Amino acid sequence: MHGPFEFTLRLGDDALVAAQRLAEWTSRAPEMEEDVALANIALDQLGAARLLLTYAGELEGAGRDEDALAYLRDDREFRNCLLVELPNGDFAVTMAKLFFLAAYQLPLYTALAGCADERLAAIGAKARKESAYHLDHAALWVRRLGDGTEESHRRMQAAVDGTWPYVHELFAADPAAPVDPATLRGDFDTTVTTVLAEATLTRPETGWTPAGGRDGVHTEHLSYLLAEMQVLHRAHPGARW
Amino acid sequence: MYGNDFAAADPSGGDLLGQVEAAEAALRAAAARGRGGAVTSGADPEAYFADVIDADQKIEPRDWMPEAYRRTLIRQIAQHAHSEIIGMQPEGNWISRAPSLKRKAILLAKVQDEAGHGLYLYAAAETLGVSRDELVDLLISGRQKYSSIFNYPTLTWADVGVIGWLVDGAAIVNQVPLCRCSYGPYARAMIRVCKEESFHQRQGYEILHTLAHGTPAQRAMAQDAVDRWWYPSLAMFGPPDGDSTHSAQSMAWKIKRFSNDELRQRFVDMCVQQAQTLGLTLPDPDLRWNPERQAYDFTHPDYDELMRVISGDGPCNRQRMEHRRRAHAEGAWVREAAAAYAAKRVGRREKVAA
Repeated sequence: MHGPFEFTLRLGDDALVAAQRLAEWTSRAPEMEEDVALANIALDQLGAARLLLTYAGELEGAGRDEDALAYLRDDREFRNCLLVELPNGDFAVTMAKLFFLAAYQLPLYTALAGCADERLAAIGAKARKESAYHLDHAALWVRRLGDGTEESHRRMQAAVDGTWPYVHELFAADPAAPVDPATLRGDFDTTVTTVLAEATLTRPETGWTPAGGRDGVHTEHLSYLLAEMQVLHRAHPGARW
Repeated sequence: MYGNDFAAADPSGGDLLGQVEAAEAALRAAAARGRGGAVTSGADPEAYFADVIDADQKIEPRDWMPEAYRRTLIRQIAQHAHSEIIGMQPEGNWISRAPSLKRKAILLAKVQDEAGHGLYLYAAAETLGVSRDELVDLLISGRQKYSSIFNYPTLTWADVGVIGWLVDGAAIVNQVPLCRCSYGPYARAMIRVCKEESFHQRQGYEILHTLAHGTPAQRAMAQDAVDRWWYPSLAMFGPPDGDSTHSAQSMAWKIKRFSNDELRQRFVDMCVQQAQTLGLTLPDPDLRWNPERQAYDFTHPDYDELMRVISGDGPCNRQRMEHRRRAHAEGAWVREAAAAYAAKRVGRREKVAA
């Protein structure tokens, strides 16, 4: 059951839901420059999602295109990790989520660029450059907030603590997949350890490790996100936009 | 070579882009020509300023300029920048619900462009000796205004299309002449902004075209949006010429090149053809070609309504301001952290150097 369609869908859903959350910041960012940067990252994620979902639809061979997959599935059919669907919270929570996501996506896309599937390799080659920027941007903010004021340090540590449990799901082993996520954990840990230390933040102990997103068992947040995202498309069945 | 070079627009808005490119070419040509006789400003700065304006050269930040010219430009550029920033809200309202991933990407990129325009314009205003923080403060304290059009709500997806077609269209008609503004940084900013706005207008037109040729419900949605946005778009050109307070002096300084009513007429003439191509109706029973004037007669917007919206009583004034104030206030701790982090880095570098 965990063939290339399922794998591609997981990556596409991660990117789509991340884009939807990041785009919620539009016109609300702490600085105008950051509004531009967050929109930029949302656009990168959305672009990757479109490529991945289009390809997933082709692999499935049931005639579903990117919009059919994005707009006409319910939350139980989505395969994204829980991390990306968590609410944005304050700016520190958003940066913690983005930092962990990018620290996972960069080695993932890098490995994908060398995989045997040509389409996935091309998507990985494009997306890894974008992920490198996302990681750079998020890590800069983690350092700024961690080593900024007392208030920002408190918020950044709380954000890291609150999101940390959700990173473990990203690395669940899947040896048959084009890239086995378990093989990415070393890179992720190195990045996270280095940046958190520079940011004067404490790396949380691992205890609770929620999961289920890859099987379509999500948090309560996802169906609200999808209700908003899908409402107009579903209100006009068959319409072109 | 300016002032009479405005042919009728084609439905795609490409003609406006041609005018932007002509303005850019004129700017380059003027720079290549040099400032001729008016080479120094040392002896008689006022005469120098007048010469530069007369010769259609650009005033630059280093040049002497009358205080009123500086104040007028700061007000105009800042209000333009504020409009870009507030203008992100009505369209941003539909990013999360865009009906296809392609439309979502286009809309997100468009709203991002507006943030970029705001930043670019604040930077242009800063060349006149005012800081962005001061200008942002004037916006959130309500002492400076933004374009009133953004105080109307975006109720359906078709509003996103109409904002692109009519609101960006009106903005371009307003801004294309500003590409020839006498103040160099503003003229250059406008050239860049107009190129992107022209792209946005085309995208809005395409959204409407798709809706107008879609299902009956989509078509009705498109017509409803045109009905609601037509008169507010006409009001974007400001009060009629007789009531416009800043116009004469701005014309003399070559900040402004055409009157409000001239620009409004140009916009109407452009939109009639485009509405026909779209198959949508402009909600004005008295709209008809006048062969004597070689222009369309049309019903003017309700200028009392414009004044009410400007003074704060439009449908969304309170909401837009509250949104901006909240974003600014909620971001304060982040900006403070960034400043504290930067200061620590400087401190550490100095310690290393010592």
